[in-house]
Amino acid sequence: MSISRRQFLKLCGATGAAISVSGSLIPEIVAAMEKAAAGNPPVVWIQGSGCTGCSVSLLNTVHPNIAEVLLKIISLKYHPTIMASAGDKAFEYLFQTADKNKGKFFLAVEGSIATGAGGKYCIPGKLKGKEVTFVEMMKDLGPKAAAVLALGQCGAYGGIPAGKPNPTDSKGVMDFFKDHGIKTPVINIPGCPPHPDWMVGTIAHVLMFGIPELDSDGRPTLFFGTNVHDNCAYRSYYEEKKFAKLFGEEGCRLELGCKGPESFSDCWKRGWNNNVNWCIHNSLCLGCTEPGYPDRFAPFYEKTTG
Amino acid sequence: MTKLYIDPITRIEGHLKIEVEIDGGKVKDAKSWGMLYRGFENILKGRDPRDAAQIVQRICGVCPTAHGTASVRCLDNAFKVKPPPNGRIIRNLIFGSDYLMSHILHFYHLAALDYVKGPDTEPFIPRYEGDYRLDPKTNKVAVDQYIKALDIRQKCHQMVALFGGRAPHVYGMVVGGATEVPTVDKMVSLKWRLKEIKEFIDGTYLPTVYLVAGAYKDLFEVGAGCKNLLSFGVFPLDDDEKNFLFKPGSYTEGKDLPLDQTQIKEYVKYSWYDDKTTGLHPGKGMTVPAPDKKTGYSYVKAPRYRDLPHEVGPLARMWVANPVLSKHANKFLGVDAKKEIRFRDLGDKAFSILGRTAARAEECKLVADAMDKWIMELKPGAPSFAKADIPKEATGFGLSEAPRGALGHWITIKDHKIDNYQVCSATIWNAGPKDDKGQLGPIEQALVGTPVKDIKNPFNVVRVVRAFDP
Repeated sequence: MSISRRQFLKLCGATGAAISVSGSLIPEIVAAMEKAAAGNPPVVWIQGSGCTGCSVSLLNTVHPNIAEVLLKIISLKYHPTIMASAGDKAFEYLFQTADKNKGKFFLAVEGSIATGAGGKYCIPGKLKGKEVTFVEMMKDLGPKAAAVLALGQCGAYGGIPAGKPNPTDSKGVMDFFKDHGIKTPVINIPGCPPHPDWMVGTIAHVLMFGIPELDSDGRPTLFFGTNVHDNCAYRSYYEEKKFAKLFGEEGCRLELGCKGPESFSDCWKRGWNNNVNWCIHNSLCLGCTEPGYPDRFAPFYEKTTG
Repeated sequence: MTKLYIDPITRIEGHLKIEVEIDGGKVKDAKSWGMLYRGFENILKGRDPRDAAQIVQRICGVCPTAHGTASVRCLDNAFKVKPPPNGRIIRNLIFGSDYLMSHILHFYHLAALDYVKGPDTEPFIPRYEGDYRLDPKTNKVAVDQYIKALDIRQKCHQMVALFGGRAPHVYGMVVGGATEVPTVDKMVSLKWRLKEIKEFIDGTYLPTVYLVAGAYKDLFEVGAGCKNLLSFGVFPLDDDEKNFLFKPGSYTEGKDLPLDQTQIKEYVKYSWYDDKTTGLHPGKGMTVPAPDKKTGYSYVKAPRYRDLPHEVGPLARMWVANPVLSKHANKFLGVDAKKEIRFRDLGDKAFSILGRTAARAEECKLVADAMDKWIMELKPGAPSFAKADIPKEATGFGLSEAPRGALGHWITIKDHKIDNYQVCSATIWNAGPKDDKGQLGPIEQALVGTPVKDIKNPFNVVRVVRAFDP
């Protein structure tokens, strides 16, 4: 089974509703990913100053489901929340895997990199009796990876830990690599958390066709190329100047503080959690896919945009 | 005497290291090291108070709705606003759905691999080798359930999103209530989804917990811990909060006591925080990191209730509330199905690795059954939200229970902004270090006495730690 890049992009761009009615197309994606993944591209997933929310969101993937992703598509060599192993056995395996698969493995980075206090604010493990900071892990593993998937607000741009006054000098992967002259390509998949489709879709694209087209903030345009406000189902209310003043009222959410006009993602058509709902239908968009979140959009519940 | 480090402890949320000293095949001393500082309490300072309920959800991606709940309750208290009944019920439904997600995730995806041998492929290898006791057929059933449970927990998040907007990290809880007015179609959708989850809990999760327990019966004798238990109470059942699904209270030195939150203090002698900030009530708490402090071994503070370590979590809630257990418990204990067994009938067995595991599964059923009723208490079309202005000056606190235990938030507002915000979360209670008097934290105490047969494969150490769902 093969699938063209054009078909793939079309499928990824389909709305959630279309996905659920076009179930017959989905096995094609899975099969194509499986084929592209023959030889099981190694993925190493590490966590810095984060909350595990990106991992939890990844587990919410529906098509393909997470069992298919883990057992058929990728070879997940290391993942602190999922893997069986612990302690030395796990940590040694991580560094051995990186050495063995140098230049071939994909490094998924969840959480920001706390550079303050010499890296001592985040110490994920011990190797041969010595504590290893997340800063040291990134310096060691970063240059060895084929590419980095910088996950969530934290991995991409520093996120909440980097919120004022950034008590731990937290940074996203791109900034960290720039500081340390690490040239490995970085793909940002922001969002707090990122939608599972953005993570799985980007992995699929990388496996089948290489690194996707990125925007000036390092995000795949495939998922982050459209403006939320311009495409919002509540846009006609905006044109009519009908604004919700309280939660639960009908109308455009701009005066509740909605950050849709400054946000770029496809939440407006993809929906969340198998498209049972999405942020603006529920209340408002807080700009969680944008560089500068949270400070750029605070206070959240005041009109700061549009 | 052998010193053993397990670093990282995996299949948890966050960065935890465990150090144990083993002598004569048993743990003699234990240290629980929290290896991550992000500084949430300092990031919150100066912000719009309403934003706290969003920021704090990012403390934990496994239980964001717990922090969301504690935060909106804290803000309700400071803003002096009472959510309408729909607001209270929707919050319970969002949070309840996430409870089910968290408990199922814990048993099948975080804890199970300490008892069940996973497939011979990464990330299920490498693994500890030796003490897997299920026969091949039962083991296969358990692995199939691991896969099935991935789908079930994903569906629990669909339930969270129905009124939460999305999951994890929801938008649907705000100071003053919830953001969506309930509609009949959403209520029906939630009820149908819950039906499938309930069937899984009753027909698969609970019986499997007891099936696995049958093969590891000695683990009802391992990991007793401090035997002081604390519950802040969770899921208010009425608007005056006279009743909770799980009531607040403590079990302290063998006595049942009503909850008094003024009796909480946080100690930092062994934590990487400034010594001048030790012994404070969280309402006056400070977070001043001192990463080079020589006596420190954790970024977790050591909270104490009535100056004693207290365990929090499903065991504490179930012991304090002492509800009737499922018929699966009768079967496991060989008690006539007609007879009611309450949680305390487990006696000392409750204070153990498997006691905590059974408490979590039994509680999961009670939450799911209660949610089924709550859905029908919603009034379609009626408001869920009451508007309140940000006070110029105020203090407030909000107590709740994360799936993994008691959770409190405290706020001081000055000039309409956050002047101080303190979070005392569940895993801080359980995984904290020694206090200034040298009393070990609950996980540390539970580790002491744990038999370790093979120090290369220290199964029981990680089983004890993971039973707390840190």
